Amino acid sequence: MKVFDCPVIGPRPISEFDYGGEVRRPPMEADAPSWAAYVFNRQGAPGLLREWWYHRPTGRWYVMERDTLKDEVVRFIDLEEVRYDIPA
Amino acid sequence: MPWRLLKYGLKSSHNEPRFFPEAKPLKPHYDVVIIGGGGHGMACAYYLAKEHGITNVAVLEQGYIGGGNTGRNTTIVRSNYLTPEGVKFYDTSLKLFEDLSDDFDLNIFYSTRGHFTLAHTDSALRTMRWRAEVNKHHGIESEVVDRDFIAKEVPYMDLDCAGTHPVMGALYHAPGAVARHDAVAWGYARGAYNRGVEIHQKTRVTAIRTQGDKVTGVETDRGFVSCNKVVSMVAGSTPRITSMLGLETPIEIFPLQACVSEPVKPFMDTIVVSGSLHVYVSQSSRGEMVMGASMDPSVLHSTRSSFNFVEGLTDQMIDLFPFMSRMKVMRQWAGMSDITPDFAPIMGKTPIDGFYLDAGWGTWGFKATPVSGKTLAWTLANDRNHELIEPFRLSRFTDFELVGEKGAASVGH
Repeated sequence: MKVFDCPVIGPRPISEFDYGGEVRRPPMEADAPSWAAYVFNRQGAPGLLREWWYHRPTGRWYVMERDTLKDEVVRFIDLEEVRYDIPA
Repeated sequence: MPWRLLKYGLKSSHNEPRFFPEAKPLKPHYDVVIIGGGGHGMACAYYLAKEHGITNVAVLEQGYIGGGNTGRNTTIVRSNYLTPEGVKFYDTSLKLFEDLSDDFDLNIFYSTRGHFTLAHTDSALRTMRWRAEVNKHHGIESEVVDRDFIAKEVPYMDLDCAGTHPVMGALYHAPGAVARHDAVAWGYARGAYNRGVEIHQKTRVTAIRTQGDKVTGVETDRGFVSCNKVVSMVAGSTPRITSMLGLETPIEIFPLQACVSEPVKPFMDTIVVSGSLHVYVSQSSRGEMVMGASMDPSVLHSTRSSFNFVEGLTDQMIDLFPFMSRMKVMRQWAGMSDITPDFAPIMGKTPIDGFYLDAGWGTWGFKATPVSGKTLAWTLANDRNHELIEPFRLSRFTDFELVGEKGAASVGH
């Protein structure tokens, strides 16, 4: 994969992006083992992976779903889909 | 020197016997099934048979022997790591390496070169001093050296790095070595085979059968085999195996690329690494420059190569060795590194009874081949973690006892 066809800023070379890793949602209340699982464990097996990508020139984060076997972006995710409320 | 080499030199005909005869059908039951026929899997099989008398063992390999990361690394062996756990572990490995040619009666081309890790910044130099102190405490030859020393040992290197990143000093590790990676896998495999271990190439494990929390056998594309113990030694394919058991781990797969130049006359008798420039280079016994860089930036389960890698690597390499601009890159390739958050492996027992892991080998697997085989064999035979691998257990993440091995290759400081 050399170019991201971004729906917001159009096609951009991959070299303009930084990798932010898997999108994960923290457990709001958790015991130590499940907190450790959230912090350290990852979806290691090949398949669709939701991950953060940062576009350096425009300073904006994107979430994309990528096939980690074929290295193809399957879809861009609306940030509303991954948003969660931090408990007050 | 291996005696075989001498006999070979004095003989007029060279009819080499096959290392491994044709595969037989799988048996219905084995005491131990080893998934993965790379260096680690073969070493484990070898020590199981040699030191523990366990020979009803099958090594199942989806491709061919040593065709994965064993054949894709840059063959560097060293023990100047940062943590006491890492230093003890890798030094045991280095000492085992030194005797392998005699053990196998097979020349593994083990060549002690001396290993320079260059420092281009104050902070890098500070990490080097820290590493040297930890190393010396454990009796390992490792010291911080200045520019004059480097200039004498590596005279063909531009210490000013074209003026962009002047070298301030280096961590020098005299026992740092290179070895022929294929021979290591083949030597272990032949030793295991001669002691009764079965090696099945082109045999893919498709599922692991359990009853309750206990392993009962493995499904393969050649049928089911029952077994009491399964050990996964598959590096970049680890998450595919652990997901068969629903076992979550911190392992993520990133491609690590490398390349070799066309062969030239021997001129470089040291290994040079720069963490800041993300390059490492040595000259192979065939004269090729063996070069590697940092990992690819994002997760990918593929061994594809990229132009970006060669472009980025050569850009830095030419700053250090300007004359290399006239050399051609002959071949490039990639391996899938199984990276852990603390740059240390994950070894030993798991929550599933009879399932053992030898994983998380990231960019540091080849040098650990002998010691990982030896300690895993002990762990399988005694059903408890060997003391050297206890710090690397999977449960360290839930115990919040990470290792923090920043001495690993391809890790910036």
